[in-house]
Amino acid sequence: MEVRVANVRKEFDRFPALHDVSLDIKSGELIALLGPSGSGKTTLLRLIAGLERPTRGKIFFGDEDASQRSIQERNVGFVFQHYALFRHMTVADNIGFGLKVRHGPSRPPAQEIRRRASELLDLVQLSGLEKRYPAQLSGGQRQRVALARAMAIEPKVLLLDEPFGALDAQVRRELRRWLREIHDATGHTTVFVTHDQEEALELADRVVVMSQGRIEQVGTADDIYDTPNSPFVYGFIGESSSLPVKVENGEIWLADRPIGLAAPHEPSGDATLFFRPHDVELLDGCSGCIAGTVAASRRVAGTRRVELEIGGERQRVEIELPVDHPAAQKSRVAFRPGRWKLFPTA
Amino acid sequence: MTTAPAQAGWRFRQPSVIPGFGLTLGFSLAYLTLIILIPLSGLLWRSAALGWPEFWAIATDRRTIKALEISFGTAFIAAAVNVVFGTLVAWVLVRYRFPGRRIVDAMVDLPFALPTAVAGIALTTLYAPNGWIGKLLMPLGIKVAYTPLGIVIALVFIGLPFVVRTVQPIMEEIDKEVEEAAATLGASRFQIITRILFPGLAPAIVTGFSLAFARGVGEYGSVIFIAGNLPYKSEIAPLLIVIRLEEYNYPAATAIAAIMLALSFVMLLVVNLAQTWSRKRYG
Repeated sequence: MEVRVANVRKEFDRFPALHDVSLDIKSGELIALLGPSGSGKTTLLRLIAGLERPTRGKIFFGDEDASQRSIQERNVGFVFQHYALFRHMTVADNIGFGLKVRHGPSRPPAQEIRRRASELLDLVQLSGLEKRYPAQLSGGQRQRVALARAMAIEPKVLLLDEPFGALDAQVRRELRRWLREIHDATGHTTVFVTHDQEEALELADRVVVMSQGRIEQVGTADDIYDTPNSPFVYGFIGESSSLPVKVENGEIWLADRPIGLAAPHEPSGDATLFFRPHDVELLDGCSGCIAGTVAASRRVAGTRRVELEIGGERQRVEIELPVDHPAAQKSRVAFRPGRWKLFPTA
Repeated sequence: MTTAPAQAGWRFRQPSVIPGFGLTLGFSLAYLTLIILIPLSGLLWRSAALGWPEFWAIATDRRTIKALEISFGTAFIAAAVNVVFGTLVAWVLVRYRFPGRRIVDAMVDLPFALPTAVAGIALTTLYAPNGWIGKLLMPLGIKVAYTPLGIVIALVFIGLPFVVRTVQPIMEEIDKEVEEAAATLGASRFQIITRILFPGLAPAIVTGFSLAFARGVGEYGSVIFIAGNLPYKSEIAPLLIVIRLEEYNYPAATAIAAIMLALSFVMLLVVNLAQTWSRKRYG
């Protein structure tokens, strides 16, 4: 089922949580809503589910205006961060709940419900736990039950709100891979919220980066990482360093020196230079480079991260060096970014 | 480093960093013995001195049986009424924000604080045939004061806070997401209440019921004013005990008390077992 969010605005007590957000989700796609807390990602997910009503704008499921429909009628599967299982029901009853509350002919007979529940338990790899209660399961198992419960109603869209947020790192990684497999097997249109960029980039077909109630960028993992379209996205996704610079006659200047980077298409004026700490070229001499004094040096797994103090303005940037590189011990290091991007200072 | 050999078998004292186990347990046992155990065993001892045939004669006396029926029957009905309306009051207090909510919240505790005789007199004044409410009910043929119905009303008044105060905290803990999950799965508001919320509250409701019931069985002060105290009709067992005491018929008084004690104990035991069972299941 395609989902289209059209110019949606949501206010809570006059405080805008989302400003005019539009998003097209293709049928069968796995989409991640990524952003820091307070960016509106969960609000957007809850609006799609119908747990909140938009202040303005509409949400379409296919061609149908879903904003007119109640949560019950929308037929979405929603998975909560803290599972929200019914703790007085067995695992099988939890999964069958959505079918049991139906009325009339759409309600399958009890035997069929039981069969569906055990089928779904197989799918989420929890066969044989039908009679357990949620309190007797681990966190990862509970979240699998929650997912099976959401899928039991054959939802048009599957929505997951930080589904792995409450689990430890090991289980997270495992469930991430497994969610991808389930998605590929069942083909549900799936939207999930996360603040973990690794999770978003690894799992999703497309990532929606959000900040302060707006969508900053929508794209594949490659788009988002290689061609960020705003300083926020550059800073939020992956490691980044930035420096205030000046563009003059197609050349980039740091304080009073050119740094050897040409920017022929950039307008003159103040700008911020972004680059990745691992993507730098170290230089010996310095005519046209960025030079700084080593202020701090930290060993991070396979590399060494060095903090440089640049110029007299007390600007600090981080770059990464090979562990055995002599420059790490030198007091003065000169470098030039490999790939970089300029954003004019507003 | 040496490790202590693992001790086999049952130990009632777990090693713990929290100090004071011996002291607090000792104090609790001594306290319970002084306050509850000694008086109650005295009661049993006195009624045991009675001899079985006499005890049986008092126990099967029609007036005793009637009084026990009235006491337990009215307490049961009142507790049942309180379960329904107490849960409703708790719901309103937990779920809605309205002006005066705190006042209503405080009002619930009044029956705890008010001298029960005052409550009894106030209720009697209201529900007597010439009272404010009694006057309105009279033409409908409903007599409240001086009937078992009056007893029920007094016990409803006394028992309300027990239900509200046991259900309220559990209701506050209900996770909003659980209701939302049920709604996304297609459950209507009614289905959410009956299938999700109510089963979660059931243990608390049962506790509230048993507290209100136990309180109702033992209530004396408020009931004697409104009940009219007609033997076989509206005479409660605690009153009968007092009557026997005033007749210096101590054996009869202790016998009735012992029967009440046994009945209450059995009922509370059943309720407790039901709770342990549900707690084990739902964790």
